[in-house]
Amino acid sequence: MALPTRKFDAVVVGAGGAGLRAALQLSEAGLKVGVLSKVFPTRSHTVAAQGGIGASLGNMGDDSWLWHMYDTVKGSDYLGDQDAIEFMCRMAPEVVYELEHFGMPFDRNNDGTVYQRPFGGHSQNFGERPVQRSCCAADRTGHAMLHTLYQRNVRANTVFFVEWMALDLVRDASGQVLGVTAMEMETGEVWMFHARATLFATGGAGRIFAASTNAFINTGDGLGMAARAGIPLEDMEFWQFHPTGVAGAGVLITEGVRGEGGYLLNKDGERFMERYAPTMKDLASRDVVSRAMATEIKEGRGCGKDADYILLKLDHLGVDVIEKRLPGIREIAKKFANVDPVRDPIPVVPTCHYQMGGIPTNYHGEVVVPAGDDPAVVVPGFYAAGECACASVHGANRLGTNSLTDLLVFGKASGNRVIEFLRENPGHKDLPADAAERTLARLARLDGQTGGESVHEVGAAMRRTMQAHCGVFRFPDMLTEGVEQIRAVSERVKRTEIKDKSRTFNTARVEALELENLIEVARATMVSAEARQESRGAHDRADHHQRDDVNWLKHTLWYRDDDRLDYKPVKMKPLTAETFEPKVRSY
Amino acid sequence: MSDVDRVRWRCRRGLLELDLILTRFMESRYGALAPRERDIFLGLLELADNELWDLIAGRMDLPEADRQAMVDQLRAV
Repeated sequence: MALPTRKFDAVVVGAGGAGLRAALQLSEAGLKVGVLSKVFPTRSHTVAAQGGIGASLGNMGDDSWLWHMYDTVKGSDYLGDQDAIEFMCRMAPEVVYELEHFGMPFDRNNDGTVYQRPFGGHSQNFGERPVQRSCCAADRTGHAMLHTLYQRNVRANTVFFVEWMALDLVRDASGQVLGVTAMEMETGEVWMFHARATLFATGGAGRIFAASTNAFINTGDGLGMAARAGIPLEDMEFWQFHPTGVAGAGVLITEGVRGEGGYLLNKDGERFMERYAPTMKDLASRDVVSRAMATEIKEGRGCGKDADYILLKLDHLGVDVIEKRLPGIREIAKKFANVDPVRDPIPVVPTCHYQMGGIPTNYHGEVVVPAGDDPAVVVPGFYAAGECACASVHGANRLGTNSLTDLLVFGKASGNRVIEFLRENPGHKDLPADAAERTLARLARLDGQTGGESVHEVGAAMRRTMQAHCGVFRFPDMLTEGVEQIRAVSERVKRTEIKDKSRTFNTARVEALELENLIEVARATMVSAEARQESRGAHDRADHHQRDDVNWLKHTLWYRDDDRLDYKPVKMKPLTAETFEPKVRSY
Repeated sequence: MSDVDRVRWRCRRGLLELDLILTRFMESRYGALAPRERDIFLGLLELADNELWDLIAGRMDLPEADRQAMVDQLRAV
C-alpha cells in the first residue's frame, strides 16, 4: 500500500535545540524543510537545561578552545573522539555569538559582554585552575534558546508538523536514507515524508530507567528507528546519573542539600557514607555517593517495602535553613515524595539524566557505519545531532554545559553538511516499493493483537529491569541476569495490545509505539554494559574497578539483529592539536 | 473527536515536573471540571513550561481570578 506522501528537501525529526538549529541552517539556505515534533517545539526537553553553554569566549579571564578541548577529552575519560571534540570546542564561540545575534537574552557583564558562570570540570591551562566558561540566561538557558531558535525558524519559513510522531526510517536497497514514515496524532493518519536528506534530532531515551529526570517524551524514537533500519547504536552503556532524584518520580534534589548538611541513611538508620568516604562522607563526589547508595540497595539495606531507595535526611537543618538556603526543595519533596522534609527524610535513588551514546556520526553530523575494513562509512542522506547522536564528544562521561554546546555546534554542522549533499545530489530518488512496509506491519500487528500484554506493565518491567540490573553501579551477576531479563521483556513488547483502537489522539497507540523504541535502547544498553569489562566514566563495574586502555579504549557498536556487538577505534588524532594521551583522571 | 485525549497529550511537556503534576491532574480532577474550566485549563497548557511550573510551584500568581483558581487546583494535586 502506498501512503500519502509529502516531499521535502530535508526532513528534521525532533524540534529541540539540535533540530531547531539544524532546521534554521537549512531554511536560511532556501531549502524546503519539514520538522516533525511530538510536542510543540518550545516544549522540547531542551527546556530543562539550566546550566548554560560551554564556550571559551574568555569574557571572565583567559580562555582558549584548546583548554576547553582538554577538559572535554579528560571528562570523556578519553573515550571521546578527539577530532570531534576539537571541532566542537573551536566552533563553540561562533555558535554562541550567532545565538546572541538571533536575540538570545544572555546574562551580561557590566561592559556588555556575555557573562560566563563557573561550572565543574572547566579549567584554565589544562586543569590548573577553574575558569568561568558557561554562557547562560539566568537558570533558563534551554528555555531561552528554544524560544530564540523557534522564532527564527518561523521567520525562515521552516514548516513545522507539530504533534506528529515519526515511525520508521526509509532506506533503499543501496542503504541510502530517503525519509521517514510518520503519524499525525490528530487524525491517526500515516504519511510518507519523502526527503533528499533526513536529520534526526530526537533527543535521549532516559525513560528506559525507572529513575529518570527525563520528561515523558524522551523515548529514544530516533534510536529505535535507526536500530530497526539496521544502523548500530554506539556506546550505549554510558549514561550519566545524579545521586539524588526523588524515588518513584525522578525529580532532582539539588546537591546543595548535602552541601548544607543533609545526609543519607539506609534502612537501619545508619549514616552509611561514613563507611565509604570517612573524610568527605555525604560530600564525596557524585560517583562515590551513587556507588555507595547502589551498594546499600544491592546488599538489602535499602528502605521501603521493596528495599529500593535511600533516605535523605535534612530535618535537623531546621525550617529556616531549608526555606532560605534550599528554595523549592520543600515544595518538591511535598509534591513528588509526599513528605515534608522539615519533619521527614526524602526517599531518593541515583537517577539517570543524560545519554552519552547514540546514533554513530562523524563531526559533520553524517551517520557512519562500519563497512568492510572502514569503521565509519557514511550512510548517504542520513544525519543526526544532539543527544540522539554519538559524534562522539562526550565519550564515557559528559562535562556539564557541553550538552548545549553539542546541539548548537552539531545542529549547525549537520545542517551545513546536508546543504553540501543536496547540492551534489539534485532531485528525489525513487522510493522503494516496500518503503512503508515495516511501519504498516507494526501498526497492523498492534491493532490486530488479541490476548496481548499491557503497554503499561511491560514498560514498567523494562524500567525496573534497567534500574536494578544496569543502574549507576554495575555488578557482573546482575548484568548477566539483566541481559536475559531484558530479552524476555523485549519478547513481551512484540505482543503488546491496546484496547482503544480509535484514530484521533490515541495516546495508547503512541505509548505502545514509544515502547517499541525504548526497548531497543534498553537492550543496547544492557548488552553493551555486560560486555564492557572495565570501569570508564559513567560505566562503573563492581568487578573491574579500573579503566583498561589496553583492551577497552574503543567504541561499542550494538546491532539489533541478535544483539550483535562490534567495536571501533577511538579517534585519538585531533584535527590540528596534539593528541591528549590517556592519563589517570582525577579532579 | 475525543477532547480528553487531545488535552492528555498536551500535558506531555519538556519538564518532568509538569508531566507528573499534569498527569495526576488529568487522572484525579479533569473529569469533574465544567466546560468553562476545561477551556481555562487548556489555556494554561499554552504557557511556556517554565512559566507554568513557576505558577504551580507557587513562585508566581495570575491576575485573573478564574485562571488563578485553576492554578490553585493544580497546586493542590
